[in-house]
Amino acid sequence: MLAALAVMPVAAVLMFAFGDSGDIWAHLVKTSLFGYVKTTLWLMLGVGVSVFVTGVSTAWLVTMCRFPGRKVFEWLLLLPLAMPAYVIAYAYTDFLEFAGPVQGLLRTIFGWQNARDYFFPEIRSLGGAIMMMGLVLYPYVYLLARSAFLEQSVNVLEASRTLGRGPWRTFSSVSLPAARPAIAIGVSLALMETLNDYGTVDFFAVYTMTAGLVDVWLGMGSLAGGAQIATTMLVFVVLLIMLERMSRRHQKLYQQAGSRYKPLPGYRLRGAKAAAAVTACALPVLAGFVIPVAVLGRLTLVYFDRAWTPEFQVYVFNSVALSATAAVIALAIALFVAYSRRLHGGKILALGTRVATLGYAVPGAVLAVGILVPFAAFDNAVDAFLRQYLGISSGLLLSGTVGAVLFAYVVRFLAIAMGQVESSLEKVSPSMDMAARTLGYRAGQTLVRYHLPLIRGGMLTAAMIVFVDCMKELPATLLLRPFNFDTLATHVYQFASDEMLGEASLGSLTIVGVGLIPVVLLSRMISRTRQTLGESAVQT
Amino acid sequence: MNSISAVSTDDALTTPRPLLEVRGISCNYDLERAVFDLSLTVHRGEQVCLLGPSGCGKTTVLRAIAGFHPVLTGGIFINDQQVSAPGAMVPPEARRVGMVFQDHALFPHLSVRQNVASGLRSLSAGEQKTAVDDMLDRMDISRHAEKYPHELSGGQQQRVALARALAPKPLLLLMDEPFSNLDQELREHMGQEVSDMLKENDITCVMVTHDQNDAFALGDHVGVMADGAIVQWDTPYNLYHQPRTHFVADFIGNGIFLPGTVLGSARVATALGELESDEALDRAVESPIEVLLRPDDVVHDPDGPIRATVRRRAFKGAEIMYTLRTTEGITLLALFPSHANYEIGDEVSVRLAVDHLVVFDADPEA
Repeated sequence: MLAALAVMPVAAVLMFAFGDSGDIWAHLVKTSLFGYVKTTLWLMLGVGVSVFVTGVSTAWLVTMCRFPGRKVFEWLLLLPLAMPAYVIAYAYTDFLEFAGPVQGLLRTIFGWQNARDYFFPEIRSLGGAIMMMGLVLYPYVYLLARSAFLEQSVNVLEASRTLGRGPWRTFSSVSLPAARPAIAIGVSLALMETLNDYGTVDFFAVYTMTAGLVDVWLGMGSLAGGAQIATTMLVFVVLLIMLERMSRRHQKLYQQAGSRYKPLPGYRLRGAKAAAAVTACALPVLAGFVIPVAVLGRLTLVYFDRAWTPEFQVYVFNSVALSATAAVIALAIALFVAYSRRLHGGKILALGTRVATLGYAVPGAVLAVGILVPFAAFDNAVDAFLRQYLGISSGLLLSGTVGAVLFAYVVRFLAIAMGQVESSLEKVSPSMDMAARTLGYRAGQTLVRYHLPLIRGGMLTAAMIVFVDCMKELPATLLLRPFNFDTLATHVYQFASDEMLGEASLGSLTIVGVGLIPVVLLSRMISRTRQTLGESAVQT
Repeated sequence: MNSISAVSTDDALTTPRPLLEVRGISCNYDLERAVFDLSLTVHRGEQVCLLGPSGCGKTTVLRAIAGFHPVLTGGIFINDQQVSAPGAMVPPEARRVGMVFQDHALFPHLSVRQNVASGLRSLSAGEQKTAVDDMLDRMDISRHAEKYPHELSGGQQQRVALARALAPKPLLLLMDEPFSNLDQELREHMGQEVSDMLKENDITCVMVTHDQNDAFALGDHVGVMADGAIVQWDTPYNLYHQPRTHFVADFIGNGIFLPGTVLGSARVATALGELESDEALDRAVESPIEVLLRPDDVVHDPDGPIRATVRRRAFKGAEIMYTLRTTEGITLLALFPSHANYEIGDEVSVRLAVDHLVVFDADPEA
């Protein structure tokens, strides 16, 4: 049932797109669709290369090398994860625009008078979008590559060295291939985010499919056209999911759990090499977090009075309330499904969960189309029914309500809640259940008395991550929200599209601040693995 | 009505009803048949063991008895009450069974006392305390009552797990590989201790294990399982000395199978000479067979008729297990007292000392 609900948006998109398509489909193909696809492909290629290079190189440096500040960089490198792409895009636009500090400084130094005197790259371009997204999405690759490198057996690496391979050849012929599945997962996750992004591409006027979808829907008023672009996007989604799933299967082969960890010995770097390593790790952190935060911070200070309005507080409240509700719902569903799987463990249920959790890969804009179509159909049907028999109009019941936004959040982020809850439940041995049951507790009582205390930590983490992701979510919120209803994300987006970056900065900074919560959680998890690694090193 | 109950009591006195009866159950595991038409009977105060290699279905049987696994055919009766039938089960919490697990499954967030009290919530606080104290005392873990599971050693955890399972006074105790997380020495010790404790307290118990030593230490009767069925239900002694199938003979203890032919009602011819059994073999003359030779059937005898070379030796303290190869080209296992000390390559003379022949039909593929 739940799976069916979760699949509904996707099914609706497909049905709608292939149903009464009419001329728009042909029109789209003739005119803009090809352009959207091409732009999207370039964007994905660019972001893919960028996150791969940044993510893998930094992960390798912090795991395999020893240089000053390495431990700090290990978690500093996660910080850009807190930054939604659209926020960093706003920050850099302000930073690099004609009147901004960088160009101003250049003009003072070189005595240039106006824009015609010199060349300065335009940040609001495809290249700019690639840079922005690369800067905030590389942590996906970094995180997964890092743990893949950490889990590699020291013995294998040492064997490679004794067989006459140097550090570089060991990296390219042993470490990198073994980490390949993890890296591929990271890249595919980053690309899913790229496909999902609306704020950046809209602001930079880069016409990707997401931008096209929103444009066709809101601009041209054609939901059907939007649905068709959404269908095309689903092809990309399916490819990315396949890439991810395939890689996960390989990952199981390559990263054999249960093998004993030994701390990696690491190559000690000195002098110029160490400086190069520090620079390589510092650059992404500076560019992906420190600079944009500084820019936003300055703007916030300057524009604080104009940004801190009663409306702003309403937006914060809306965001928090919506995200918290979505987190609670997602968690409740996740717990319910995970626990029934544990109790009954059928293959149908397993398939159902897998289908239900595909939402994370579906871009928010596509999800919005998929939710609006059936919701609107339902509303119209109810409305027509009531009009006919009771002579009253029910108006909009589902579409254009907070419920639609919540539904989108839950579908999109259920996978996160599910993954967390399942993995913490998995750590509870099944014999624990049987022990409780034979001691006279019913299944429900067992869950409350014995499971919940044990998985509390995992549940909390899951709730946090879902909460923060909902706070940052832009496209689905933008498309599904009720009239005159704003969250922090849509508020920031709206001011930014009106070129009022100053007024948007407080909201942006708030989103980043909230976004830091899961990053802190992640970095704590990282330091905890280090501790256990340290302990096992003492034991062996 | 009076008379009926009088009759049934009378009946119960003359032929005691079994506490646990498993009648022809079949179970699936992951959509595949894991248990086939399996039956077993356990009487009050009896301890039985299901012994078999992993994947033989023994744990599924245990789970079915506990009420975690449905049966597709047959039924399970505890204390004459049907608890499992195809499509219907009494839930585990209502069966009055206690269970002990391989990983002990102690609740990590509860102290030893709280763990043991877990099954006693129907009692008042005072009764609970008395019952827990009594149980902790009996298991000799009173001094650990306020500790948490992670602070305990493997053996102590084992005791807590047993105390927790026995505290609610279950009708039946089920144990799933209870000793396999303990190291070898502790394992033998605990096996003996648990066996004594169960006997003293007259506790009915079903244990599953893949380790024959555990099974022999604890089981009045042992059911050897293979491919979802019990192939032999017997005492440990009979399982070793009178295995009924090739599989049981192979699975329990060491030994080799010596090819031969039936000569008469109790005589067989083998490459190592003729052997005579104390019992008729019930096989046609001339039929090809295999004779089971246990290592203790091969006796060290300087005047023995069989000449062999030492191929391998394994020192076991009081005894040495030799792998020998006879001049006829047959490999034998032989257990000699430790002072019969030979090196690899040495020549030895042995004779066969078998009075009861265990004979199987020759493997047609061999």
